[in-house]
Amino acid sequence: MKVELTRDKVHNEFTKKVELISGQNLFACYQCGNCTAGCPVSFAMEVGPHEVIRYTLLGLEEEALNVNTFWLCASCLQCTSRCPKGIDIARVMDALRMVVLRKKDRKDHIQISEFPEGFLEKVPQIAFISGFRKFLS
Amino acid sequence: MDYLYFPGCTLYTKAKNFDQTARNCSRLLGFELKELSNWTCCGATFPLATDNIMALLPPSRILASAREEGTALTTLCAVCFNVIKRTNRLIQGDGEKKDKINNFIEKNYQGDLRVVHYLEILKKDVGLAQVKEKVKRPLEGLKAGAYYGCMLLRPFDEMEFDDKERPTLFEELLEALGAKAVDFPYKIECCGSFQSVGAPEVATECAYKILGSAIKSGAEVIVSTCPMCTFNIDHKQADIKEKYLDFKQVPVLYFTQLLGIAMGLDHRTLGFDQNFVDPVPLLKQKGLI
Repeated sequence: MKVELTRDKVHNEFTKKVELISGQNLFACYQCGNCTAGCPVSFAMEVGPHEVIRYTLLGLEEEALNVNTFWLCASCLQCTSRCPKGIDIARVMDALRMVVLRKKDRKDHIQISEFPEGFLEKVPQIAFISGFRKFLS
Repeated sequence: MDYLYFPGCTLYTKAKNFDQTARNCSRLLGFELKELSNWTCCGATFPLATDNIMALLPPSRILASAREEGTALTTLCAVCFNVIKRTNRLIQGDGEKKDKINNFIEKNYQGDLRVVHYLEILKKDVGLAQVKEKVKRPLEGLKAGAYYGCMLLRPFDEMEFDDKERPTLFEELLEALGAKAVDFPYKIECCGSFQSVGAPEVATECAYKILGSAIKSGAEVIVSTCPMCTFNIDHKQADIKEKYLDFKQVPVLYFTQLLGIAMGLDHRTLGFDQNFVDPVPLLKQKGLI
């Protein structure tokens, strides 16, 4: 992907918003990739968590938000516990979710009406409650 | 000593076997689980967005009402434990958030409650030597893989449960019950958690890796401490079997069910009908029921 960087793009409002919601300093990231290496769901991600952090740090909102990475994060905190720079990466992933979910127009990530038949009876409520908090506006 | 007990939503429905066996075993081990007279869902996820005060209110309300009834609160579900313990830590360490929360819930909770997991009660309060002494039917010959998952352990500095990469508490309990604890590389990996709602096929893959790792290491049964993990690694075995034809199903039990067997409880009270993969043939084969 060709990415053009300009002075006003880097560390812009989007980056600041993610830093504010997550409470993390993204500049601490030195791209070691430990988060992505240990992530149990990185196999299904379009780009790794460390790459999303880089996009975010560079103010590339579209690139950072149009990947499935943070939606697939299960908040297991493996990355958080292993980050050599002490960044709580799971909080960054959650902040990216929030940036999308808090937009003015409601933008749910999952549609309850599209659940397959029998799904509501099968899955325990703990998974629904948790999931709804992560995926619904 | 008695403990206030927060069951949580799923232990009242899809994980009744977890709840009942824990209550019955505690009596045999000399402590009582006193269910909170007032409780709601804990929210099932600790809010990671730092400005999300709203999601801290349910666990705070649980903590505040527990403090009115006692000083130590226990829970079985690893997710509830994580949410409640982290909220308690936050209230202890962040005065501004504490005030905000108390204003919302109209209480004056100061974070002075001990939040402890049932496994910690067994290890630290009762003592594994005591547990071992009370074993009536040792789980001899049973190779059990202790699956921790994430929520008991992480974040390490807040949960203070055990070593963050190589925990052993769970295995120590299984050994005390007479079983052979099987160590396997994926014992602290995530089961996919709530992705069973967002991306079910991804959660299935996570479960397959965990189960495969345990089976390869020789586990005949996987032991869990969380209804979310149990759904993902037990009930999802049907989906795994569809995708990986050579996959051989393996029973998943709550640790309190094994505790119940060891304590000599009648196996008909252990709720095996709620386990997806039937553990009865294996347990019969081992002469444990």
